[in-house]
Amino acid sequence: MSIIVNDIKKGFSGTEILKGISFEFEKGKTNLIIGQSGSGKSVLTKCIVGLYEVDEGEVIYGGENFSGMSKSERKHIRTQIGMLFQGSALFDSYSVEENVMFPLTMFSDMSKEEMLDRVNFCLKRVELENKNHLYPSEISGGMQKRVAIARAIALNPQYLFCDEPNSGLDPKTSIVIDNLIYDLTKEYDITTVVITHDMNSVMEIGENIMYIHEGENWWTGDKQSIVTTDNKEIGDFVYASSFMKQLRGKLS
Amino acid sequence: MNLFQHIGRFTLMISLAFRKPEKWKVLRQNIVIEINTIGISSLSIVALLSLFMGAVMVIQTASNIDSVLIPAYTVGFATRQSIILEFSSTMICLILAGKVGSNIASEIGTMKLTEQIDALEVMGVNSINHLVLPKILASLFIFPFIVLISMGLGLIGGGLIGTQAGIITLEKYIMGLQYYFVPFSITYSLIKTLFFAFFIATIPSYFGYYVNPSGGALEVGRSGTKSVVASSMVILLINLIITYFLLL
Repeated sequence: MSIIVNDIKKGFSGTEILKGISFEFEKGKTNLIIGQSGSGKSVLTKCIVGLYEVDEGEVIYGGENFSGMSKSERKHIRTQIGMLFQGSALFDSYSVEENVMFPLTMFSDMSKEEMLDRVNFCLKRVELENKNHLYPSEISGGMQKRVAIARAIALNPQYLFCDEPNSGLDPKTSIVIDNLIYDLTKEYDITTVVITHDMNSVMEIGENIMYIHEGENWWTGDKQSIVTTDNKEIGDFVYASSFMKQLRGKLS
Repeated sequence: MNLFQHIGRFTLMISLAFRKPEKWKVLRQNIVIEINTIGISSLSIVALLSLFMGAVMVIQTASNIDSVLIPAYTVGFATRQSIILEFSSTMICLILAGKVGSNIASEIGTMKLTEQIDALEVMGVNSINHLVLPKILASLFIFPFIVLISMGLGLIGGGLIGTQAGIITLEKYIMGLQYYFVPFSITYSLIKTLFFAFFIATIPSYFGYYVNPSGGALEVGRSGTKSVVASSMVILLINLIITYFLLL
């Protein structure tokens, strides 16, 4: 099921951050929200998942108006959402196993054995077998991201949100995380939304891209069209690094 | 934000905390963890403070009684009254407001900073209920026991120093402890403790939960300080109000 945002507006203390954004996040695709720092990507994401209430507009999950629902009504949609946060947001006092088990404990009626099976399956899927009893502080940043992904997919979500999944990771690990997100999207046929400003991620997994500029939906397309567009703001973003500039020079 | 806005938001937080938990089993487990974190881990400092408090109380009382007209057992009597009525409840709770309060504020504040609270909310968990309610219930359960232990140890500390330093005989000290004993003193002290326990758990939770995440570690530190100051002030105020209504 897709997620549709309709003319979303959001402001803080009189400053309008989102100025009427509309977009459809398609099912079975990796949908990317890109843009410069301060463009409103994170605010948009927090509005979509309900951490912020929208001032105007609506967020529709599979035909249901999420923004018009009460907190209790939203619960059944929330249990279909998995989210990977920028800093992983793992619970420090829980082990890897307890972190992945947490959503199962809270929202499923599984027995302890069933939960353990599911946890082991999820950890295996992100290639973290036998790390069950380690704590977040004992594993690397890349591993933490993978544990967070395992926790996000524990309840078989329909929607997966990834906020800056590559922040703080080396390029090689970033690609591993990107590929994992892409593979999970295809494997479970879910709607994945990735917030990033990493051009490597865009070129790796960008199937349906929205570029936000100053709180507006400035451009939409895919990873092929983003490198060929003549939009100035997109060009400045895509070819910001000297590597990309050199590449453009060679291509042209 | 002014004081009334803080009170309003605090009340709202309490109403969210006292909602039906997602899973009773998880709540029970969290209460046990919090009893250990808040209560059991504070026992050593409470024991040490209480022993010394009782000892100092005996020395000070004895040094201020300089008349043959005042019986020796007065030392035991005054020590008992001070410890049971005031020191074991108010003083210990003020100290715990510092120890436990800063711990709670920094724990919840760091969770806010590192998006762990957002993670709970996105999952559909009422984060205030999940984080704050176990702390409130654990505090309400364990604090009366801590205060009772403190009373016992305070009186033992007084007895030890009194007899070992030759200030008073054990018989006279025990006679003083038993002299005109009103059991309601303990009830009064425990009633106060319940109120203190509630605010020691909730005020730091409030400052931790509503920390400004953009302020970083500095803001978490500030929230700890603010919570200790605010809960100490509330303890003193509640102490005055309860004492006025129960003892006058």
